Amino acid sequence: MSTLQTAVRRETGTLLEIEDLATHFATPGGVVRAVDGVTFSLDHGQRLGIVGESGCGKTILSRSIMGLLPRRNVIRKGSVLFEGTELTTMSLKDRQKIWGAEMAMIFQDPMTSLNPVMKIGKQLAEPLRIHLGSTRENAQEIVLKLLQDVGIPEPEKRLEQYAHELSGGMRQRIMIAMALACGPSVLFADEPTTALDVTVQAQILDLIEDQCREREMALVLVTHDLGVVAGHTDQIIVMYAGKIVEIAPTATLFSKMKMPYTEALFQSIPKLADPSHTRLTTIGGRPPNLVAPPDGCSFSPRCPYATDTCTKVEPELQQAEPGHLFACHYPVGSDRWNEVQVSLGRRSGGH
Amino acid sequence: MAGTGHAHLRGDALLSVRDLVVEFPVGRTGLKVNAVSGISFDAQKGETLGVVGESGCGKSTTGRAIMQIPRPKSGEVTFDGQDLMQADTETIRRLRTNIQMIFQDPISSLNPRRSVRDIVLEPLNIWKVGTKEERLARVNKVLEDVGIDPAVAADRRPYQFSGGQCQRISIARALVLEPKMIICDEPVSALDVSVQAQVLNLLEDLKRDYSLTLMFIAHDLAVVKNISDRVAVMYLGKMCEIAPSDDLYRAPAHHYTNVLLSSIPVADPTVTVATQRVQGEPPSPVLPPAGCRFNPRCPAATDRCRTEEPEIREVAPNHFVACHHPIHGGEAPVSVRSTGS
Ligand SMILES: Nc1ncnc2c1ncn2[C@@H]1O[C@H](COP(=O)(O)OP(=O)(O)O)[C@@H](O)[C@H]1O
Ligand SMILES: Nc1ncnc2c1ncn2[C@@H]1O[C@H](COP(=O)(O)OP(=O)(O)O)[C@@H](O)[C@H]1O
Ligand code: SF4
Ligand SMILES: [Mg+2]
Ligand SMILES: [Mg+2]
Repeated sequence: MSTLQTAVRRETGTLLEIEDLATHFATPGGVVRAVDGVTFSLDHGQRLGIVGESGCGKTILSRSIMGLLPRRNVIRKGSVLFEGTELTTMSLKDRQKIWGAEMAMIFQDPMTSLNPVMKIGKQLAEPLRIHLGSTRENAQEIVLKLLQDVGIPEPEKRLEQYAHELSGGMRQRIMIAMALACGPSVLFADEPTTALDVTVQAQILDLIEDQCREREMALVLVTHDLGVVAGHTDQIIVMYAGKIVEIAPTATLFSKMKMPYTEALFQSIPKLADPSHTRLTTIGGRPPNLVAPPDGCSFSPRCPYATDTCTKVEPELQQAEPGHLFACHYPVGSDRWNEVQVSLGRRSGGH
Repeated sequence: MAGTGHAHLRGDALLSVRDLVVEFPVGRTGLKVNAVSGISFDAQKGETLGVVGESGCGKSTTGRAIMQIPRPKSGEVTFDGQDLMQADTETIRRLRTNIQMIFQDPISSLNPRRSVRDIVLEPLNIWKVGTKEERLARVNKVLEDVGIDPAVAADRRPYQFSGGQCQRISIARALVLEPKMIICDEPVSALDVSVQAQVLNLLEDLKRDYSLTLMFIAHDLAVVKNISDRVAVMYLGKMCEIAPSDDLYRAPAHHYTNVLLSSIPVADPTVTVATQRVQGEPPSPVLPPAGCRFNPRCPAATDRCRTEEPEIREVAPNHFVACHHPIHGGEAPVSVRSTGS
């Protein structure tokens, strides 16, 4: 599969630098601290996963980076540098130039972004003409090529169809084609396969992976599914209550997780390799109310290792090894962790 | 896949379904949706039978057809020795005290205007079970059994609870008449993994404490493996394979089962994702393919598969498959063999 010349990028180094980013919503019930002081960076071509339970701020974080937020009652803070340019202070008009052309986004439900009354061909061609100034014939040619790239059978036929005539998997492919059209340097994919069946999910994840590699495009993959990020990312952020609680290269996160929340998330998934009727380890309770998150560590009300320190002092992100940060007073492997493991009967004493 | 035949059935079942057919008309076109096309299975007393397959393959329709909603086109459904297809409406109504259903979306299946107590009490009132005090005591007991504190929760309304808690409440309502069987249709699909694990553990406990037989419908294969004793795999209105869970996942014999298992993303980056993929998406059940319904997507399809429907047969003890060319001595995809620590 070849790619469009216009769409291939060859840069290296830092693409996005996010610093102390916060997005709060003023609501009648109080201020919702949806994203609360997030710092990380993303390199060109790097694939980042963002995981956590629903409501922990994954979607708002990715929208805050793109600058796709509602205008009313939003309190924003912090900085987003895209190739050195500050996005948070940029005018809407300048940001619009960046959307599509530099940063593109796909969602769980493609129908929310596809125009139901416009033919697929026209929808795909429009951004090309706006962003790249393509002529009608040229745009048509690129669109056909894109549809082939995303594995759509009979692309000519699709140009004349409407979104509702297509299956869920096909619509997600069209969304990806639209996102790729102007050759963005980063693709934000928010739960892109959550609504799809497992065989179609596998096809779409393969497609995203292939396109990222061929186009040297960075990826921000937001999902609640640890399985999805395990196979398709280089680095993972675990979010809880609007904050990063652990960030690590993918392999490190799974083999040396430090944060009890990461551990708990991982343990609660049923594993295919375990025999049936294996008792699942659960996390009690639910993520906190983001209007009044608990003092100290926000995970402390649910954490089996929590002490008075945890309920009073908020743990800072600290380094386990270069590139691996976590926020916890008693991480996996600590004395306190061992003690509690023994008392819970998860591990025998003496080692 | 299109499994027909009865080789896999045994005698001593609580529920037995034979050659079940459910069709829906497509508008006034004269065409029909072949939602369920002749499937047969049993649920033994005390077992959990899992049913998996992609959306639209007929799982929910099968569950509802057992309850006779709507009445299936043909086939036999026998529950506890009673033939439900021939039963009158009153008998069916009574049956619902013995088979209950719970659904994916607990919030919308609970009446928003009623208190939790009234919601759970209602079935007892309808069936005039015991005295008022006995009914209230029963309600408190089931609420406690599902992990809801009646003192705190009984006067609240469903919207005041999270999705996981609402699922517990709908389980309490299903349990209150002490049914013999519960059909669970995607009961954890809308829940976060942490809550999903709580509800799965709860169902295991309740099954034991209430001596239940469960039919557990879901599209998540890992979830189904965890809770089921046996698993049936459906595709496009047909049953492809049915086997004890551990056997099915260790050595899938049907090509579709194999593909499903290989498609699951595994939470372990050291597992190289298997490359067994199928093309496209399931075809429409309005005009299903002839022969084996999986043949257009099957990597092993031959001319025979395109013309002749495979009969279900035993390929290993209690392991049944409807395929002309089953995977022999099949090995589980890599995803099933190893996971993270
Ligand atoms: N427009 C909004 N107004 C108020 N609160 C919001 C708004 N959008 C999102 N939130 C809240 O922000 C938090 C984070 O939401 P979100 O990023 O969507 O979570 P996730 O994607 O991890 O499920 C949630 O508590 C959500 O209710
Ligand atoms: N009431 C109905 N009217 C028409 N078609 C239906 C109806 N219920 C289900 N179907 C169709 O029957 C097939 C099986 O559906 P269903 O049993 O809901 O599948 P599953 O639960 O496996 O996702 C699908 O093609 C679905 O569209
Ligand atoms: S800081 Fe304390 S409460 Fe928070 S995760 Fe670590 S041990 Fe648990
Ligand atoms: Mg989200
Ligand atoms: Mg269903």
